[in-house]
Amino acid sequence: MTRPHGLPCPGGVRERQSARERRRAREFEAFVAGAGGRLLHAARLLTGERAAAEHLLTAALARTYAAWDTLRGEDPYDRARQELAHRYARTAWRRRPAPGGPLGAFPPRERLVLVLRLYEDVPEEQIAARLGLSVRRVRAVCARAAAALP
Amino acid sequence: MSGQDRRETRLRHLLDGPRAQVPTDLAVRAAERGRRLLRRRRALRAAGWALLLAAAVAFGVWAATAEPWSARPAWQAPPPRDG
Repeated sequence: MTRPHGLPCPGGVRERQSARERRRAREFEAFVAGAGGRLLHAARLLTGERAAAEHLLTAALARTYAAWDTLRGEDPYDRARQELAHRYARTAWRRRPAPGGPLGAFPPRERLVLVLRLYEDVPEEQIAARLGLSVRRVRAVCARAAAALP
Repeated sequence: MSGQDRRETRLRHLLDGPRAQVPTDLAVRAAERGRRLLRRRRALRAAGWALLLAAAVAFGVWAATAEPWSARPAWQAPPPRDG
């Protein structure tokens, strides 16, 4: 027996919802399989240690998952990176992150600028706008970090 | 290429160092947490609508019983005296 299309059927909404959930889960898993390594490295550079990096990334990815259906053409990687930066800004601003890793000598705000600019290659203007800094300041942070190299 | 540019390139390479292994259950854990987040948001929205509905009903009942538009003031202020 076939059901005519377009007519409401018992459980139809629920079925459609679970189908959408399955598709979302599948897409999300593929996304994490592809981008997880890069994002985890960025989180590691920010926090300076592994456990905190995983914690930060899990939270950022959870928010990305929750926003998955409303991305509408937005790059999920961009969204995940934004969530990562946002969460790091909120949580690690006050707490001084671990001094480990290549950015160990830099305070949280500068780490964020350096990771976004030099590791993620986000344009200076975009970093400035998202973090509420001036472009000159972003440039200065990068220049100072480069000058600090032996 | 200036010395500054060269240093920046070196810094880029430094940041691009070896990557750690991604935990196998990272996606599953994040998705579970994301689902929880969605559920909580949905529940919050439902609670908000329920509250709004309850407020509207309460206002309707009060307005129907008290009929504030038909009542006359029981007491009137005396006219202001001069001087």
